Amino acid sequence: MSIALPSAPAVAPRRQVLVATALASAAGTMVMAGMLATWLKFRAAAPTRASSDGLEILKDWMPKSVVMPEVVTNLMLFAFVIVCLMAQWAVYSAKRQDSSHRSFAIAGTFLMGLAAMNTQLAVWNQMELELAKGAYQTMFYTITGTMMVMIAIGLAFSAVTFFRSVGGRDNDQQVVSAHALYWYFCTAAFVAMWFVVYVQK
Amino acid sequence: MTTIESVDVSTQAKGASPSIAAAIGQWVTSSDHKKVGRLFIGCALLFALSPSILGAVFGFERMSPASSAIIDANVMTQLIALYHFDLVFGVLAPLFIGIAIAVVPMQLGARSIAFPRVAQFSFWAWLFGNTLIAVSLIGNGGPGGGSSDMVDLYFLALGLTIVGLVAASISIATSVLTSRAPGMTLDYVPPFAWSALMGSIATIISLPVALSTIIYVYVDHTHTGVALGGSGIETALSWALGQPQTFIFVIMALGVLAEVAPITARVRQPLRPIMLAGLALMTSAVLGAVTQSQHLVDISNSNAVKTFLPFIIFNGLPALGVLVVIAISMLSLKGSKPAVNGQFVLAVLGALMIFVGVAGNFLQNIAAAGLSDTVFAEGVTLYVVYGGLLSAMAAIAHWSPKLWGKTMPTQKLLGLAGLGVIGTIASSFPLFIAGFADQPANALGSFTYGGPIALWNAVSGLGHALIAVVVLGFIGLLIDAVRNGAPATDDPWDAHTLEWAIPSPAPTNNFAELAQVGSPEPLLDAKPSKQEVSA
Repeated sequence: MSIALPSAPAVAPRRQVLVATALASAAGTMVMAGMLATWLKFRAAAPTRASSDGLEILKDWMPKSVVMPEVVTNLMLFAFVIVCLMAQWAVYSAKRQDSSHRSFAIAGTFLMGLAAMNTQLAVWNQMELELAKGAYQTMFYTITGTMMVMIAIGLAFSAVTFFRSVGGRDNDQQVVSAHALYWYFCTAAFVAMWFVVYVQK
Repeated sequence: MTTIESVDVSTQAKGASPSIAAAIGQWVTSSDHKKVGRLFIGCALLFALSPSILGAVFGFERMSPASSAIIDANVMTQLIALYHFDLVFGVLAPLFIGIAIAVVPMQLGARSIAFPRVAQFSFWAWLFGNTLIAVSLIGNGGPGGGSSDMVDLYFLALGLTIVGLVAASISIATSVLTSRAPGMTLDYVPPFAWSALMGSIATIISLPVALSTIIYVYVDHTHTGVALGGSGIETALSWALGQPQTFIFVIMALGVLAEVAPITARVRQPLRPIMLAGLALMTSAVLGAVTQSQHLVDISNSNAVKTFLPFIIFNGLPALGVLVVIAISMLSLKGSKPAVNGQFVLAVLGALMIFVGVAGNFLQNIAAAGLSDTVFAEGVTLYVVYGGLLSAMAAIAHWSPKLWGKTMPTQKLLGLAGLGVIGTIASSFPLFIAGFADQPANALGSFTYGGPIALWNAVSGLGHALIAVVVLGFIGLLIDAVRNGAPATDDPWDAHTLEWAIPSPAPTNNFAELAQVGSPEPLLDAKPSKQEVSA
């Protein structure tokens, strides 16, 4: 150094992975919030028409023939709850330096994430919507497809964290915490989507 | 987790010049934050020629709105889209993100930026996105485009650009939050690094909303064409290219002034916490951006109070933030003996132009003024973007010793600053007047109003042309300084922050050893006081 400053001991950067994951999750939250806002806007603006008996005004939004598989969507919500429990178990184990439970919990997170993905595929399969048939169908596949991408990123994160864990990275607590944080974000995003798309329709 | 790239400096010390291919390879693959930052800066400066030349052509085209004199009517919509896109995502945002990537880690006393590979990815994503935008518009894509494939490419390119900018913002914000030198609490962070944190967080929160719209529009366009087709691309995404979104990208411009002013005045910044609060107030623009609304205040409305509150929050707070930063920066000059240089003048003039733009936006959103859908909004954007461009030039000149090891000539910078402010006012202010005369926005022809149409638009076109000359002149000055300039000393401005404690140009890993920070001006603390020198 040209000017002598008081030197400090070398320190590791403070929880970079956790902070970056939080910021990326914030960005992901805004993506989902933006998509839900657009969904609500289009649903509110959907054209209306009188029912055949003339007694009620119907909205041309979700086609009448479509049946929402509510059991499967609720199962998906349940899968996300278990994902959060598993991810938090991994954090708890990492804090206690319990490598076997940590790896087991991360593997459980991965499997439950996979289960959530599977239920989404089941929803698509049972609804049998055609993407190009109308505004509802297009927007439904777009928003649920985006959720699938978020789950896929979570699965990749879980896989990396798992291999680091079984590889003996016992000081990896912040990565395990970041992994859990990402799945909390995915769960929050799904809960919002579940309520707007699957419950309110 | 290893997030800092280490480079074998011994190979650099040998002084052997690499071959051209090896040099290109180094630049393409390097994750050194200073190289990534310089790539952003260089490309954004080159891209700055595009909107300024297009603006000049538009100005001359609008002189005779009854007929298309220069531009083919079939490509007008695409060219207008390219102009707006380049102003914001081609110039303003990447310039400041590039400067932040290059400078902020050094200001923090860090050896690297957080996630250097993410920063590297962000540059290439942004560059490819920008290039593909141009390709798609040339190939008859974009808003109003006739080629379906090219319209799809436009959406993908827009998405890629936004992903790049958000990734860079995550890298910058993470650096400020996690990689500060020991003892550097957040209130000790230098003003520019603080503004980079504010700007990055605002970008992370606001731009993904545009991405969500792009995903919808892309899927709809490729498969259905019914869901969002009626509203059009421009309606769905125009908010991302206008106010208050542009304010988010100039938060760092105010950070440049806040950084340069006390150094020029040779004093510690007075009222520093209020200055940081002023920079944070600018971030409130994100509220207006994510709600995607201009929040007009209608005094004649019976619910005037109800409309007044959001108007003040979304339009007043950013203006207040700009005013606070400019006022407190100028306060540092009071009673001091400033060593005025090119970068200080550029930073002051840039901030003033931005303030005029922010104030113009305030006026634009008063319903009684009747400025909606007029070229007044374009005038506001130009004040903000060209003001930001002047501030970015100030930042590049200020930190050129650390980035290139050379200082830029002050007298010539002062000349460019004068021309730059004339160009900014000439390109923007006539559009303010034309806006009051109801000249429609985004139209190059088929309009008329009572007034000297040709005069206002010719002056605006000349202003754009002058900005193009200023950009070329600045690039020339920079290249000349880098090639022929005398080597800069380590601390040529007698500055206050950590980056000036390391050699010029900064070595690959910045700091050989970490410094202990005990105040907002750690370098000033370490320098001998004037009394000590005189003794």
